[in-house]
Amino acid sequence: MVAVTGDVMVRLRGIHKSFGDNQVLRGVDLDVPTGAVVVVLGPSGSGKSTLLRTINHLEKVDRGYVTIDGSLVGYRRVGDRLHELREREVLRQRTGVGFVFQNFNLFPHLTVLENVVEAPVSAQRRPVAEARTRARALLARVGLADKEDAYPRHLSGGQQQRVAIARALALEPKVLLFDEPTSALDPELVGEVLDVIKDLARSGTTMVVVTHEVGFAREVADTVVFLDEGVVVEQGPPGEVLDNPRHARTRSFLSKVL
Amino acid sequence: MSVSVRPRLREPDEDLSTLKVVPARHPWRWVGVVVVFVLLAQFIHGLATNPGWDWPTFLQYFTAQSILRAVGVTLELTLYGTAIGFALGIVLALMRLSRSRFLSGVSWAYIWAFRSIPLIVQLLFWFNISYLYEELHFGIPFGPTFFGVETKDLISPMGAAVLGLGLHQAAYAAEIVRSGIISVDHGQLEAAAALGIPKARQFRRIVLPQAMRSILPNAANEVISLFKGTSIVSVVAIGELFYQVQVVYGRNARVVALLMVATVWYIVLTTLLSIVQHYVEKRYAKGATRDAQGWKWSR
Repeated sequence: MVAVTGDVMVRLRGIHKSFGDNQVLRGVDLDVPTGAVVVVLGPSGSGKSTLLRTINHLEKVDRGYVTIDGSLVGYRRVGDRLHELREREVLRQRTGVGFVFQNFNLFPHLTVLENVVEAPVSAQRRPVAEARTRARALLARVGLADKEDAYPRHLSGGQQQRVAIARALALEPKVLLFDEPTSALDPELVGEVLDVIKDLARSGTTMVVVTHEVGFAREVADTVVFLDEGVVVEQGPPGEVLDNPRHARTRSFLSKVL
Repeated sequence: MSVSVRPRLREPDEDLSTLKVVPARHPWRWVGVVVVFVLLAQFIHGLATNPGWDWPTFLQYFTAQSILRAVGVTLELTLYGTAIGFALGIVLALMRLSRSRFLSGVSWAYIWAFRSIPLIVQLLFWFNISYLYEELHFGIPFGPTFFGVETKDLISPMGAAVLGLGLHQAAYAAEIVRSGIISVDHGQLEAAAALGIPKARQFRRIVLPQAMRSILPNAANEVISLFKGTSIVSVVAIGELFYQVQVVYGRNARVVALLMVATVWYIVLTTLLSIVQHYVEKRYAKGATRDAQGWKWSR
């Protein structure tokens, strides 16, 4: 275990990642303070999603390291060596990190309630009755209390994504990761999902959100990070990065999406 | 110059919805119906009146003790062949999908070998295994043995048939199971992994139920084809349905009637299997369609 100062929840240092010859991340450093909302913006192909996926070890880094709440992700330090964790240990670590996918990835053969209950019961070994009670509370929180017996395909995209958020919250994660949570939605459904995420932000959940919704970033983010070609070009409060970007690349990106 | 607009209908306000609709005529369709009907009628008339079908003999043997016992053997062969085939097939499919090149290579080679050898050749080979290995010894590999048995005591003709059918079936079952597993969207595995669901549970609870949708129709095909394929083991003189029928018509020379006995039994049991398939598929169709009742073609 590596000890870091208490108020940083997620720490990324020198993250490198390539797919074949394609260098996707080229040395990314990032700190996410506990309770903060970090929004990652950047053009398509800039490495945003890959960066997010390294945080819960869905993507193994080539160089660099990630810590969550002071614990190394995917490795154990023994002296001056890093031992790769076995899959079972990686899975246990992931229960501390909620991940919301662009395409929801709900389990289509399970009902909404079964989707939310599955991980607390099988990964955290919680009693089924307790997990159900909690799941119902979470579904009420995302405004879907009456949909617990529906199958995902019977719901709209916005409803499915809200179920996916409840499913991620069911593990009581220390940090929530959102990978373009509204990109697969019809425009009129984006708002209902963003409202849920805003509500979580206000309640002090630590979050990293990859998105194209600049308005959302301005309203909710504590820190906006602009990523391009695998490096952090600039980061800071939304007022600075979005309104007075210092770098030409940030300016040209914002001029295209605003 | 003035242009007068003349209404096309005599009365523009006439209500056309009250008029009678005359359907288009399809004379050639009726010619087709008549031709096929006549052919069918001839066939059925022949079945009923041609003495060659010999229905009294058919009825005499259809529920005869020896035939019923033979049907039992056929079902037994199908059951064991399916059980061994799919149990081994699941293992082979998982090996084939394993990241270990060695395991997936061995699985590939097994499937290659057993798909290449005709079933009848394989059956004769197992039947004659004792020429190759007179005794089988159990013990530590390359080390001391604890006990040995004569191969022909361990592998009876029935055992040889079950072994042959099961191993043959496993090669096909492996590919069917593998095709089902790879048909499940990769995002499902990613979501399960992101939620920290244990590996075995991911397979049982998330992947397999979804894979079953594409496994089942193919698996049912295989079971039905194995069921009829058991007639091949008549070459090693096992008293299954087809062998028994041959024995009987060898004695009384009523070839057609007895072939019909076998045919009708195969049809009846295949029908039962198809009905079972329908209900099993329905069970795995949960949540597969948008509309709660299930869309007709994906039910």
